[in-house]
Amino acid sequence: MELADIIIKFVLIVIIFAISLVVAMYSTYAERKVAAFFQDRIGPNRAGPWGILQPLADGGKMFLKEEIIPTNASAFLFIAGPSLAILTACIGSAVIPWGQHLTIGSHVIDLQVTDINVGVLYIFGVVSLGVYGVMIGGWASNNKYSLLGAIRAASQNISYEISMGLSIIALLMLTGTLSLREIAEQQHGFWSHGWFTWNVFRQPLGFLIFIVCAFAETNRTPFDLPECETELVGGYHTEYSSMKLGFYLFAEYINMFISSAVMATLYFGGYNFPFMHHLGLTENWVTILGVIALFAKIIFFIFFFMWVRWTIPRFRYDQLMDLGWKILIPLAIANIVLTGVIGTIFK
Amino acid sequence: MNTFYFIAFLSIFFSILVISAKNPVHSILYLVLTFFTFTIQYILLNAQFLAIVNFIVYMGAILVLFLYTLMLMNLNKDSEPFKSNIVKIAAVLGGGCLFVVLFACFRQVGIAEPVVLKDPGLGLVKNLGKVLFNEFLLPFEISSLLLLSAMVGAVLLATKDPKTV
Repeated sequence: MELADIIIKFVLIVIIFAISLVVAMYSTYAERKVAAFFQDRIGPNRAGPWGILQPLADGGKMFLKEEIIPTNASAFLFIAGPSLAILTACIGSAVIPWGQHLTIGSHVIDLQVTDINVGVLYIFGVVSLGVYGVMIGGWASNNKYSLLGAIRAASQNISYEISMGLSIIALLMLTGTLSLREIAEQQHGFWSHGWFTWNVFRQPLGFLIFIVCAFAETNRTPFDLPECETELVGGYHTEYSSMKLGFYLFAEYINMFISSAVMATLYFGGYNFPFMHHLGLTENWVTILGVIALFAKIIFFIFFFMWVRWTIPRFRYDQLMDLGWKILIPLAIANIVLTGVIGTIFK
Repeated sequence: MNTFYFIAFLSIFFSILVISAKNPVHSILYLVLTFFTFTIQYILLNAQFLAIVNFIVYMGAILVLFLYTLMLMNLNKDSEPFKSNIVKIAAVLGGGCLFVVLFACFRQVGIAEPVVLKDPGLGLVKNLGKVLFNEFLLPFEISSLLLLSAMVGAVLLATKDPKTV
């Protein structure tokens, strides 16, 4: 690998990292504005015009608050919990293809940090690791409410990972590859051979299962039982204050961003948009428009996450387990069989 | 090769911490780190699929369940079961016997020729799938049956007997 390549990769990583953080910051603002809109309020409007400096004010508050580590907590793990949560949230973006490729001079830059041939499984692994941050933090707090939140997070994550994996298997039967780049390439354009190219039109049931599981894995309402404030004070982050709490909240928004990006890539064509090669534009312009298209899809999904949060009440715990084990898993298995049968008939 | 020795050292170091840690939750966390070093070893061997599956299944699922169970059990020093001296002596004797057997075995072992894979890309998903579903189809299917029977057994143990309810 040449030095230039290393610098390009490094710059790309920094940009993606910065974008994830900025998107997460403004998701907190957007969440409050969306909530205000749904409840016929105004929402934050004091810091800057329309309140757009609110995330900075929140961040400043988080950093300046007193940091408290409870006396009976295990200090190392208490700090490790939120650190692990934000770490696992950030490393997921490494395999997502953000666009095709830019040609600058003699350099062809792939807008993706790395294209490993087990990309989908990598995302899956990072997601399954995400629960450790919550579990370690909840246990180290040495508080019964935190522990209950941590235990709920663990059982919920494990239960919904199964149906998520099964829904991905049906998708992989269609694509025949685990590389996210190749999956995005297969959904080129919008229409070919008399049918839509985007996977959501080939795997509607799989997408439905996947999005439900994505809600559960990111601990978003209606699946936010680990931090259910009506029963558990604050759930796993009851004892947390200052930026350590901020890391937990931030990790949730980064997870939302990454899972939106994964859903857009796997099912909604990624950086592809209709008529991408009929507009008579150069390659670079198509790539830039593709990146914008991907971000439009991501922002739509983030809005969808918020839309659901402020519309649907939280599940009861037994309903959550029933949905995961008795409805989603059989549906996902039926989806696999259906995909297999249809795939064999129309081969 | 140096990376191998460094990671191998880390594996052994963390696995010793697993058994020497006083707190069971700390033990599990060290076990997570141990499995993580195994994942790195698989990646060094270019077995990407095995690495990521080890990552998902062991670190992401099995150890989360371990941690879950331990957190529920609330193992404190007060509730720790009392171990009598006889048990401790028996454990030392048993461990010593195992050590003697292992030592005797390893004395006989010579340094083997390093195994050279015919195809260095064997660990990639496509090749692995082809090998599993062509050459090793029968063992593969039988092992899936084994897992199914374990699952059925677990469900059977977990469900209450309808007569006693």
